[in-house]
Amino acid sequence: MTLALDRRTANLDALESEAIHIFREVAGEFDRPVILFSGGKDSTVLLHLALKAFWPAPVPFALLHVDTGHNFPEVIDFRDRVVGKHGLRLLVAHVQDWIDDGRLTERPDGTRNPLQTVPLLDTIAENKFDAVFGGGRRDEERARAKERIFSLRNAFGQWEPKRQRPELWNLYNGRHRPGEHVRVFPLSNWTELDVWNYIAREKIELPDIYYAHEREVYLRDGMWLAEGPWGGPRDGETLERRTIRYRTVGDGSCTGAVDSDARTIEDVIAEVAASRLTERGATRADDRLSEAAMEDRKREGYF
Amino acid sequence: MSDLLRLATAGSVDDGKSTLVGRLLYDTKSVLADQLDAVHRASADRGLATPDLSLLVDGLRSEREQGITIDVAYRYFATPKRSFVLADTPGHVQYTRNTVTGASTAQLGVLLVDARKGVIEQTRRHAAVLALLGVPRLVLAVNKIDLVGYDEANFKLTAKEFTTHANALGYADSDVLTIPVSALVGDNVVERSANTPWYTGPTLLEHLETVPVEPDPHHVPFRFPVQYVIRPRTPEYPDYRGYAGQVAAGTITPGQEIVVLPSGGRSVVQRIDTPDGELAEATAGQSVTLVLSHDLDVSRGDLISAADAAPAVVDEFDATLCWLADKALRAGARVLVKHGTKTTQAFVTDLVTRFDEQRLSSVELPDLLQLNDIGQVRIRTAEPLPVDDYTVNRRTGAFLVIDASDGTTLAAGLVGAPLPVRDAVNPGP
Ligand SMILES: Nc1nc2c(ncn2[C@@H]2O[C@H](COP(=O)(O)OP(=O)(O)OP(=O)(O)O)[C@@H](O)[C@H]2O)c(=O)[nH]1
Ligand SMILES: [Mg+2]
Repeated sequence: MTLALDRRTANLDALESEAIHIFREVAGEFDRPVILFSGGKDSTVLLHLALKAFWPAPVPFALLHVDTGHNFPEVIDFRDRVVGKHGLRLLVAHVQDWIDDGRLTERPDGTRNPLQTVPLLDTIAENKFDAVFGGGRRDEERARAKERIFSLRNAFGQWEPKRQRPELWNLYNGRHRPGEHVRVFPLSNWTELDVWNYIAREKIELPDIYYAHEREVYLRDGMWLAEGPWGGPRDGETLERRTIRYRTVGDGSCTGAVDSDARTIEDVIAEVAASRLTERGATRADDRLSEAAMEDRKREGYF
Repeated sequence: MSDLLRLATAGSVDDGKSTLVGRLLYDTKSVLADQLDAVHRASADRGLATPDLSLLVDGLRSEREQGITIDVAYRYFATPKRSFVLADTPGHVQYTRNTVTGASTAQLGVLLVDARKGVIEQTRRHAAVLALLGVPRLVLAVNKIDLVGYDEANFKLTAKEFTTHANALGYADSDVLTIPVSALVGDNVVERSANTPWYTGPTLLEHLETVPVEPDPHHVPFRFPVQYVIRPRTPEYPDYRGYAGQVAAGTITPGQEIVVLPSGGRSVVQRIDTPDGELAEATAGQSVTLVLSHDLDVSRGDLISAADAAPAVVDEFDATLCWLADKALRAGARVLVKHGTKTTQAFVTDLVTRFDEQRLSSVELPDLLQLNDIGQVRIRTAEPLPVDDYTVNRRTGAFLVIDASDGTTLAAGLVGAPLPVRDAVNPGP
């Protein structure tokens, strides 16, 4: 279907152009922007777009990763390799440090995903970051579908969904008062499939775990979880070797893998196009908690 | 035919906008299983016998609690014919600013009315907003047709009343399509309905797939707001100096003569750079970097324009505002204006008229513009701005009015007077 293919390319050009425009607006209007970079696919695409936006000059922002300590080692290796390759500056906020000095306490269920919010907000405040780029997309989740591209956070880092500013044409308003900051989402209008098509077109390297591989996993809440520093199978759960891949990459305790034979980017695109589940529905325990799990976390200051 | 259509819903509260969007997504099989499960569960929790499809888009807690839409939801879906960006906007008058947000980038407005109520005040307000913003085409979906027994006469009456109103706002008959639908049942949304044999026009989806889309303005002269100056100062690029931006209108090729505004410096485009190589041409919507032949003083906020068709550079101009803030605007207000990539201090020196969107007439010299009012004003800026008329170029004719103290966006600003005013109408009692 060449028609569908042409349309895909035309859409990607428009999405790329929009994202580059957003990066340059932030560079022009803010004093201390930072890019949230985890090594996951969305943040890797984000960084790729930032490199393009300022080429041939270097990216004029630092990167920030909130490391739960429960990340996949392959992803951390990849993160550090990318940072080195482009000569970027990476700040890492370790959730463990917050736990060690008592500012945070480990949750009974062992998941550290919700624990990221405090280190994130503390690091933003400490470094006086005024614009924080995230890889969030509106197609991920219903509450995200409501968020502006420039999303104001109050002095407590909170999103106030009922008080969002109008966002008119492509004239972004980045004004904020001291202590407030703006979250910026250049991938707002991208879908999961757009991201994968773009990764294919631009030949962007990703951590291997996005592609099918064999791994020891166990079943919990209908998701394949891997063993790791975050824990392993409990009573009645058994490890088995399966061919899987990750559709999203986050905290190991709550990011599930999917059964998959998609070993190449083309396979992945075909799989995503045919999938009957959203990426979060398929892989994120944290979003299954309640109808408003994402909104509640965002209100507190989450990504 | 263009492959992407951006559309926004509009219409009064509870007319069925979110349900229609949900129905469109559902009937085009654009809803994934886990999203649908969530809607089934939530509907059952609320004691509903059938799933409430508006829950697919009403994604905020308070929206679900109150059963209304508060802010715009953006959804993306595709059929074999086209891709769609869908903005579902709120109908409640209190949240008109969010409706304006969704409509500001739309190429088609889908305005709903409740068949039992017909065209009401909020329908006229939203039609005026869509016309003001220059949304080129409208669909009037006469919804809840199931509740009036699929009555043809009822539909015809509403359709006629609306079309007359749209004509007065400047829409030609060919720019407006009226469709009888039931978002709840699905009549004429994706599937043609057996309940309306008297309706022979397209279903909503058929229309969305075929309606002409206005191209980005290629025929207008080149406009390029400078976002950022790229100066690597690296060993590889010691002297590189490029102007980064997104083409707002027209086309540029290397060798073309340009003028930098407001300074008036002239030069020639030497190269159009992108990380993927030089371009032979750049057109509206493309993000590129321009390298000029001469050493000029160019910085963020400047506009690079075709030399032979430059816009007027003014520090006083007439504009139309759609006022979006709770606190009213009075003559003499000190504000910020963001136009293109330039933000400057400004005074709203005069309130010239307030538009009565119900009668499509204007009220001279109003004391104030209040929340949701549309009015013509005169603006004086601290720094001169290169402006185009909004009706000629949406991108360089648009600006934001911002509160200098707290940064709030106060109004959507449009250079000139985009709305036709029926001055012949008597002001009435
Ligand atoms: N009978 C009938 N009911 C409908 C139809 N469309 C929507 N409704 C009902 O009308 C009510 C309001 O629907 P919504 O879709 O939330 O309305 P809305 O226009 O999005 O409302 P706001 O976004 O708050 O302005 C709900 O109870 C729907 O089930 C229809 O075609 N027929
Ligand atoms: Mg609604």
